[in-house]
Amino acid sequence: MAKQVRAIVISGNGTNCEREVANACRLAGAEVADIVHISELLAGRVRLDDYHFLNLAGGFLDGDDLGSAKAGANRLLHAPVKGSSEHLIDQVRRFIAAGKLVLGVCNGFQLMVKMGLLPALDGDFDRQSATLTFNDGGRFLDRWVYLRVDTDSPCVFTAGLKGIYLPVRHGEGKFVTESPEILAQIETRHLAPLRYSDGEYRAATMEASFNPNGSVAGIAGVCDQTGRLFGLMPHPEAYVHRTHHPRWTREEDLPEEGMGLWLYQNAVRFIREKLL
Amino acid sequence: MPWRIAVGLKDGVRDARGERVRREIREHLGIELTSVRTIDIYTVDADLSDEEVAAAAAGPFSDPVIQEFAINAPLAGDFDILIEVGFRPGVTDNVGRTSREAIQYLTGRPFASGEGVYTSVQYLLKGVCEEEAAERIAAGFLANALIQRWTIIPAARFDRVRGVPVTVPRVVVGAPPQIREIDLDVSDEALMQISREGMLALNLEEMKKLQSYASDPALGKARARVGLGSRLTDGELEALAQTWSEHCKHKIFSARIEYRDEHGKSETIDSLFKTYIVGATRDIRARLGDRDFCLSVFKDNAGVIRFNDDWSLVFKVETHNSPSALDPYGGALTGIVGVNRDGVGTGMGARLIFNTDVFCFASPFYDKPLPQRLLHPRRIFEGVVEGVEHGGNKSGIPTVNGSLVFDERFVGKPLVYCGTAAIMPAKLNGKPSHEKRVLVGDRIVMVGGRIGKDGIHGATFSSEELHEGSPVTAVQIGDPITQRRMFDFLIVARDRGLYNSITDNGAGGLSSSVGEMSEDTGGFEMHLDRAPLKYPGLQPWEILISEAQERMTLAVPPDKLEAFIALAGEMDVEATDLGVFTDSGYYHCLYNGKTLTYLDMNFLHGGVPQMTIPAVWEVRDHREPDFPQPLDMDATLRHMLGRLNICSKEAVVRRYDHEVQAGTVLKPLVGVANDGPADAAMVRPLFDSFEGVVVSHGICPRYSDIDTYHMMACAIDEGLRNYVAVGGNIEHVAGLDNFCWCDPVKSDKTPDGEYKAAQLVRANKALYDYCVAFGVPLISGKDSMKNDYQIGETKISIPPTVLFSVIGKIDDVRTATTMDAKRPGDLVYLLGLTRDELGGSEYYALKGHLGKNVPQVDAPYAMKLFRAINRAQQAGVLASCHDLSDGGLGVALAETASAGGFGIHADLRAVKVAEPLREDAILFSESQSRFLVTVRPGHRERFEGLFSGQDVSFLGEVTADDELRLIGLSGGVLVRSSIHDLKEAWQTPLKEL
Repeated sequence: MAKQVRAIVISGNGTNCEREVANACRLAGAEVADIVHISELLAGRVRLDDYHFLNLAGGFLDGDDLGSAKAGANRLLHAPVKGSSEHLIDQVRRFIAAGKLVLGVCNGFQLMVKMGLLPALDGDFDRQSATLTFNDGGRFLDRWVYLRVDTDSPCVFTAGLKGIYLPVRHGEGKFVTESPEILAQIETRHLAPLRYSDGEYRAATMEASFNPNGSVAGIAGVCDQTGRLFGLMPHPEAYVHRTHHPRWTREEDLPEEGMGLWLYQNAVRFIREKLL
Repeated sequence: MPWRIAVGLKDGVRDARGERVRREIREHLGIELTSVRTIDIYTVDADLSDEEVAAAAAGPFSDPVIQEFAINAPLAGDFDILIEVGFRPGVTDNVGRTSREAIQYLTGRPFASGEGVYTSVQYLLKGVCEEEAAERIAAGFLANALIQRWTIIPAARFDRVRGVPVTVPRVVVGAPPQIREIDLDVSDEALMQISREGMLALNLEEMKKLQSYASDPALGKARARVGLGSRLTDGELEALAQTWSEHCKHKIFSARIEYRDEHGKSETIDSLFKTYIVGATRDIRARLGDRDFCLSVFKDNAGVIRFNDDWSLVFKVETHNSPSALDPYGGALTGIVGVNRDGVGTGMGARLIFNTDVFCFASPFYDKPLPQRLLHPRRIFEGVVEGVEHGGNKSGIPTVNGSLVFDERFVGKPLVYCGTAAIMPAKLNGKPSHEKRVLVGDRIVMVGGRIGKDGIHGATFSSEELHEGSPVTAVQIGDPITQRRMFDFLIVARDRGLYNSITDNGAGGLSSSVGEMSEDTGGFEMHLDRAPLKYPGLQPWEILISEAQERMTLAVPPDKLEAFIALAGEMDVEATDLGVFTDSGYYHCLYNGKTLTYLDMNFLHGGVPQMTIPAVWEVRDHREPDFPQPLDMDATLRHMLGRLNICSKEAVVRRYDHEVQAGTVLKPLVGVANDGPADAAMVRPLFDSFEGVVVSHGICPRYSDIDTYHMMACAIDEGLRNYVAVGGNIEHVAGLDNFCWCDPVKSDKTPDGEYKAAQLVRANKALYDYCVAFGVPLISGKDSMKNDYQIGETKISIPPTVLFSVIGKIDDVRTATTMDAKRPGDLVYLLGLTRDELGGSEYYALKGHLGKNVPQVDAPYAMKLFRAINRAQQAGVLASCHDLSDGGLGVALAETASAGGFGIHADLRAVKVAEPLREDAILFSESQSRFLVTVRPGHRERFEGLFSGQDVSFLGEVTADDELRLIGLSGGVLVRSSIHDLKEAWQTPLKEL
């Protein structure tokens, strides 16, 4: 057990992508990739402490009825764990403090931002300082996007990458900060490892044909200052094999592995080097 | 005193929802507003402290970064007119339900009975001052009066201290629950009045059957034992009406039909369903023998076929037309989440892997006066698309395949087809999982949502035409999250072996689900007072037949009951023990110990009298039109590409998540810019195998105006063509038919019933003939038979429409073919024969004609071609493959070129024709069983060898010059268009919708 990379994917109340996230973790080399229904955590039968890599998958927590992931964030912040005096959020805080990895994709990213886990400037995990709101187009959109990587970012997941191509599938993906100062902090500290860009990954863009939601500064993903907490709107778990690529029947030189897998491989490598 | 929490965006934050509403008000109503801002209102009616309400407002209800809130005070300031829209009492309010749960997490206390949170939205309009215009905006766009109420307040009358007055849409409790008896010992006229006024949709013969049942002295003793007299109770009458409804019993498809063809030859058909649909599958399965891949057909909520040794595939397509006509959003949402329950409730339960959807509408640009009670096609379009979007996306099921079909007659009733596929382990605990059986003594357990007045009379209502008295309670609104929680729970319960049988609660509610399940044991006893209600005040019969959504019924062995209920509780799912399955022979419902129903099971399920329907086919005097060939063929091609039935549906496709679950290997949009029209979708449902599921469909209602026989044949060919085009294995494919018809029973209201019934017979004959010829078994299906609109003198009947859905297998998804041209220099071929078949075509429709020569299908010819295409795909010699359908060769060439981003140079003189044809006919004939393919020059010999002896026309090649250039019959250039212009013509019409 000591030498196993152990990933957990939380499911329930409207998560949708738990199976493919667990698959991505496994393909990237994690020995354990458990899909755990939140009721198991709240019943105290499973504890986050037994894992290294927490995945918050995409979906529609509680239907996004109060705004994306709002009701889900409320649950995670206030739900008690049976048979103990702690709340689930206490386990999350301990997990973070132990130097482990958290990845939120789409609804999982929205959840992290609304819980205050991202960008969490100066390690303040209790205050929401940014949000994800309705796309400028006002509609849900399923489309592939080009993402330029900030190579100076501390982000563990994007280390060594330059650009990746992934699908977005959301109605509320526009990243906005509480103030221009917060945005400036994110930019100067390189906490936005992924930006929507043109097809050559040249520069972040606000152009609607590339930036699907109008996110400020083209921000598609945000990490905390340790680089171990990362959230993004595009779906890396949706491109782990060449047949996921929308043009795989015509682009003959596509590698077998999809670009999204790289993020999970970086996570597994980090865990093997630092946490085992 | 209830609280009112208002949540709005901070100054300077863009209101994308408001902007969208402003844009749509302009497009729908032609009213130009300066701005629209929106505010969410939460009316909290519960025993809470001020601090708790403030914590809810600041916590889950608002986003501190972009929103602000006010409690019992208005946020609205700068506007000309305010419109607040909320739900009527009892209408499903999903946001309200989530709000209640959020407060419960905050306080740690559950809400008491009768407490709740109700949501509404305020629209702050600027640039409009007349209340009359505001009324038009509210009634014509923002709200649907059936399910919503609204308040209009001009700025001058707005109370700036207190805001909009508080309204709590609590359901008002009516009469106390009681069991009424109905005297059926009355005149025929009075019987029919009972049927009409009770929304029973039973005809006189059926009412008389009930009359004689009630007065049968032999039953008297048994009834007396349970405290009933010789009169039927309201519960019994309602249970019989819904069990015997057209919707549930398919009386027209089971009827005896006296059919006479155009030569005067008569025959009697004893059930279309048994003769042609069940009959086709029976004959095909017998022929397939060891290769039979059907596992469960016609008997369950969905059909089941083999996928591989370890997994089985489940497929079902449903319609939800009538509810969508009244409330497009709620109706369509309920349609998709409803068919999802069919998939999950098949066999011992399955996991959903994809959705499909096909909608038939009138043009969204419809500009004639609308008949009374009808919504504008554009509102229907928007509402239906959004309903299915929310239902599918929120449930985490990719929507991978679909169509939009337009015809003016769909203004009378839109058609909303929703399909779903699921996968189940071939065996569970050693037993085939596509089978299930209730045992005597099993508990009746209802799982999921609660029961309300929603959907009462849904089954009987959709068995009638849309008329003035169509009930508002027939409308339901789905709740994808409650359903998702239930599905998560059910899969765990299934794998732990906690139940013996499962089915969904759809039409007819408990009455139908428990009634059907109890056929295994021969009776049941159910206590309706134990059923969880959304609010008090339902009559016992309402609890029995309510179609409130998100519920399944299970048969749980008594020794597993405790574990079952405990698991449900832990996973936040409500599960209630309502009674027991028995072998008493009776359908026995009680309320507080008093018997509500005590019906003989045999009578209930077998007592409905068989209808006799006359059907007379006549060949109508259709003619081929006479008009000169257009001089400008480039412009004609662009017009064709811009027709609603041909143009790009990308704006709709992108609103559906088609990739969740990471199995979609062929997406709905393909090509160099991800915007070409894929022929079919392909899904790889298992992460550890490259085997794939291929899904497609055919639908061509225009051909029905000439002959429904060929309409059906073409729909089958089109479905299979699409399937084969991407690589689906023609030897492992099943079909599923969905008939949507206008009323085919001759009556005063339907004087042409005999013709419509004959159209139905002919479509069924073709269904049998072609399924058998292609070897494609039918595994499930559905019919919706009353798609007419009749109010006053206005009657609108939809064109007879059959959706033929196709599902099958590909052994290795990596051999799939897409429709886009791949590289310059590739050779372009047409496969199949082109005939003078433009009757009912898009081209004739463009020219304002119907024509006579409807396309016909030669099944053995087509089958040979399909097999050769499969072989070519496996050999890897097809660079692209695209089926020819609406708009024929011209449209296919333009699509293949523009999706690939390359030009095509082709010579029409090379097209193999059955008879000499004009150039426009070669370009736009809709002859069936044809494909446009491109082939690498190096594969030429191999390719031509595979198709030797078949109709192969070498047309030209793919070019690097971005130009579609077609040589006409005289050798001159007939078409010379930039592929970018063609793409623009194809993309423009529905781009903004």
